[in-house]
Amino acid sequence: MTKPSTYLPAGMPAPVPAADGLDAPYWEGTRRGALMVQRCGSCDTWQWGPEWLCHHCQSFDMQWRPIAGTGLIYSWERPWHPVHPALRGHGPYTAVLVELPAAGNIRMLGNLIGPADQAVGIGAAVEAVFEPHDDAALPYTLVQWRLLG
Amino acid sequence: MSERSIRGKVAVAGIGETTYYKHGQSPDAEFVLALQAILRAAEDAGIKPQEIDGFASYSNDRSDPSRIAAALGIPDLCVANMQWGGGGGGVAAAVANGAAAIAAGYADCVVVFRALAQGQFRRFGEAAPDATVSGDAAYIAPYGVMSPAQKYGMRATRFMHEHGVERDVLRAIAMASYHHAQANPRAVMHGRPLDAATYDESRWIVEPINRLFDCCQENDGAAALILVPAERARDLRQKPAYLLAAAQGSDHRCGAPVMNAPNYGSSSFATVAPRLYQTAGVSPEDIDVVQAYENFTTGVMMAVVEHGFCAPEETNEFFTLDNLLAPTGRMPLNTSGGNLAECYMHGLGLQLEAVRQIRGQSSNQVPGAKLAMNIAGPMVTPVSSLIMGSEETLS
Repeated sequence: MTKPSTYLPAGMPAPVPAADGLDAPYWEGTRRGALMVQRCGSCDTWQWGPEWLCHHCQSFDMQWRPIAGTGLIYSWERPWHPVHPALRGHGPYTAVLVELPAAGNIRMLGNLIGPADQAVGIGAAVEAVFEPHDDAALPYTLVQWRLLG
Repeated sequence: MSERSIRGKVAVAGIGETTYYKHGQSPDAEFVLALQAILRAAEDAGIKPQEIDGFASYSNDRSDPSRIAAALGIPDLCVANMQWGGGGGGVAAAVANGAAAIAAGYADCVVVFRALAQGQFRRFGEAAPDATVSGDAAYIAPYGVMSPAQKYGMRATRFMHEHGVERDVLRAIAMASYHHAQANPRAVMHGRPLDAATYDESRWIVEPINRLFDCCQENDGAAALILVPAERARDLRQKPAYLLAAAQGSDHRCGAPVMNAPNYGSSSFATVAPRLYQTAGVSPEDIDVVQAYENFTTGVMMAVVEHGFCAPEETNEFFTLDNLLAPTGRMPLNTSGGNLAECYMHGLGLQLEAVRQIRGQSSNQVPGAKLAMNIAGPMVTPVSSLIMGSEETLS
């Protein structure tokens, strides 16, 4: 395989868990191929991004639950103009905002794997693809998306 | 109006700005630019700089008000206020906060200012050089979503999808700003008109919403305006532009992390705009001229819709170039050239233009303009907007 192992080139900003510990379960989950998000232990509301309390009932009993990595494209964009040194000369790439109906329609953001000029339709079904960055100083895994079917 | 309303209590008495430069081309330090703009606003108002007793700014302005007060020899600094939030979402709120300080009796003469010398600091349109990111950025930046054009692009994609909006709308907004700049000698794009073909052939910054001419400039310069109590403004040199209303904030969970705002295809004004009209006691059809912050043409489109000038379903029909041009358009828009073509002074230049319209001093004057709306940077949170009016709108 000569295919590059990551969608964007090396040198992009690397995510690190928040210093206050809020989102460590998410980043630990991605390392083992699990998509972990928050659900309120008191009222069952799904919540993303991570926060210390439930926006619906104000309970601090936020729990981390694995969810299926399938969703629908809610919005998208294709940046052409590079704003980071690692992207200079790389060309356009696609970002998608994915809605997860099985988890209260929370949304996640990632890249849409595939040709840079592929057609993107709002409402199209996508699945999560785990993209490990094992060589990083603090190894991490990104969650990317690809079209289903 | 209730006693707690700001309506008619404060007026803009003076405006001032420096020469506007392309980014990185200011020969003066950013702090010098701030001082120049403030001094010119004081001169325009006909007051001594030492009469200024309060400062209001936004977006993490680097020009510290205590340093300015010391530099100007101000004997009694009464208010130093900064609005939370990045970008230009706070420009109308800074005016509102300064006015509130005057209405509360904290201060008598507040200057609202913004100074930018991006050549001396980092440009807004470039990513921060961080090797690692945490918090909200950890879920966005590693995917190449870093600049404002990228962070807010998907809100616009969604809005246009939901309401069937065509790209012609965005072209009309860009061309209106460039058209108006041709009559404004202060404008950085004065002498550089924009035609439809040039717009259509310009490169993508972020597909499918932002071509080059949909994005604001990045500039160096400074602008300032001076607020005083309404009764004092009547005794000063210029025709007062009264603050009829101001509103700020954002709707339910607008700031939810990782783009989880419930009302996502939005410019964040859904609850702010109704409060603005309620305070002013006017309707969209009463407004004579609109200055709407162009971070991107998409933001203007959504903010104007959310301020009720047309229904979302009418967006394609409403945003024609003819409708947006002074003096005769249905809703003259960004009559100085705005952030796209006059100068990107984080939207404060648009506030000054609203004052000029009320005074009758604009280079693209709307005849008899009595009510001018100013919409601050859309799509961020908190956002803000205000309405200025002439003397006859106070009753």
